[in-house]
Amino acid sequence: MELVVTTLLKIVFMLVLVIGLVPVVIWAERKGSAFIQDRTGPNRASVAGIRLGGLVHPIADVMKLLFKEDFKPARIHETLYALAPFVVFFVALLTYAVIPFGDYLEIGGERIPLVVADLNVGILYILGIASLGTYGVVMAGWSSNNKYAFLGALRSTSQMISYEISMGLSLLGLLLVFESLRMTEIVAGQGDLVWGFLPKWGVVIQPVGALLFITAVFAETNRTPFDLPEGESEIVSGYHLEYSSMKFALFFMAEYANLVIGAALIATLFFGGWNIPWLPRETITANAGTLLPLALGLKALVTGVIALLFFRRAARERGKFGDGRDREPGLLGGVFALLCVAALASFALQPWHAGPAAASLLATLLQVGAFVGKVVFFCWFFVWVRWTLPRFRYDQLMSLGWKVMLPLALANVVVTALWITVL
Amino acid sequence: MRMNGKTHGYGGDMDLRERVYVGEIFRGLWITIRHVLRNIFYTKDMPTVQYPEEKVGYSDRFRGRHRLMQRDDGSPRCVACMMCSTACPADCIHITAAEHPDPAIEKYPESFDIDLLRCVYCGLCEEACPCDAIRMDTGIYEIVADSREKFFVNKEFLLNDGTNGTL
Repeated sequence: MELVVTTLLKIVFMLVLVIGLVPVVIWAERKGSAFIQDRTGPNRASVAGIRLGGLVHPIADVMKLLFKEDFKPARIHETLYALAPFVVFFVALLTYAVIPFGDYLEIGGERIPLVVADLNVGILYILGIASLGTYGVVMAGWSSNNKYAFLGALRSTSQMISYEISMGLSLLGLLLVFESLRMTEIVAGQGDLVWGFLPKWGVVIQPVGALLFITAVFAETNRTPFDLPEGESEIVSGYHLEYSSMKFALFFMAEYANLVIGAALIATLFFGGWNIPWLPRETITANAGTLLPLALGLKALVTGVIALLFFRRAARERGKFGDGRDREPGLLGGVFALLCVAALASFALQPWHAGPAAASLLATLLQVGAFVGKVVFFCWFFVWVRWTLPRFRYDQLMSLGWKVMLPLALANVVVTALWITVL
Repeated sequence: MRMNGKTHGYGGDMDLRERVYVGEIFRGLWITIRHVLRNIFYTKDMPTVQYPEEKVGYSDRFRGRHRLMQRDDGSPRCVACMMCSTACPADCIHITAAEHPDPAIEKYPESFDIDLLRCVYCGLCEEACPCDAIRMDTGIYEIVADSREKFFVNKEFLLNDGTNGTL
């Protein structure tokens, strides 16, 4: 019974993290692309004048898509057409089950591992689910009865087949080092140090594997420079060309959910997961008396500075627009000032006398925070790369996958195996 | 395809560092992140004009929406000579002439309508007018209405409204 409750809570946490990150990433994509191209990006949609720098736009999008007509083209395969977006979205959410988002949470002396399903074949599960994603794409492309959609689906399959091999092989080196398929063990293994000063992250001990894996993840998630299945300039918008309203929204959200998975996978397998470099759990719990006030003070400082900046802007831009938007800087400043006051007020609880339970909780929170921070960084990395690199040509895509990445991944496996046997 | 003795399109014109590509990716990322950081910290220096709030000023010679000039007593300066409607290439000026009570003035426009949807803002009516009665110096270029009929503006509107873009 207890297991059911904790598992459900963990599932809810992961779902909230992923589904909550989707609109944030969409916002980051719009704002980031705008800033990279020297534009200002979305800043118009507002709720009573509160615009949050364009963060309200995804809500407006969802409203629009919800109320749009669910148009069906003629001579489609009805069942598969209706099923495809759900398959894509469902598969996109499956991978999270095996990604550990923290070490463990200690409640009343009981340790709850912070992973939904601690499978002993975690990596195989991820690779298996990753290839399932193509089925939805193929179903969408084929059932739409549209040549462009079909071409997009075909491109998606061939791309997925080509890059899955390098993806699996790039992980093989990691498996040889950590001697486990279990995600929690791989993450825990990355908490050590190499040569006493470098964190034993996957990217440090397997740099080639990390590069290949990141590239393969970009290809698997159909992100630029590998977004040929969508290829607006050649095949309109690829496999989801014939979809409208909420079905299109599902494809759109699945794309970003896949992006968040990709980011979580990169962070987990090659960038230490929930590990904070040079700050293992024992150090945190032992020094909780200094770390907790330090963290609170840092929070008070950062939120205070942000609040002051907003208040300054509110004073400078008084009556700039002449409508609800004038309230925004003052209101945001107030929110940050409240956060600052809350952090300062918690000093009244004497955080320097933190007990073992509080110390354990602090360690868990910091580790979950490190994981979320890494995931957010890699989400931004996806956006950043998309607006930096142009799309590959199809033959370039294939020759990169088969002639460059596959031999490199094989060589990486051989070298890693030799290294481990010799040493 | 060969140009300048080098093979294009297959990396033939790139040196080794560029063909390895990984370093070039990071060079590109450095360029884009510089733009992002600059635009975050110096948002005000962005070239974007926040249109409804900020506007780009046009030259004084900009041809905006028309207006009709008034005499000292407020009546139109127009003598209904039809020069403008004759010159108009879009055929958008419609004048009905009537006899003026003052014997010194021959005619006046009983109605003077302009179809702003047909107008091409060429300024030929201004050029043709012998008594400087029609001008396009209002500087109004945001002409909006919620029906086609409202774009058909009459004499009273043109005589008095020199400020409003909404019809």
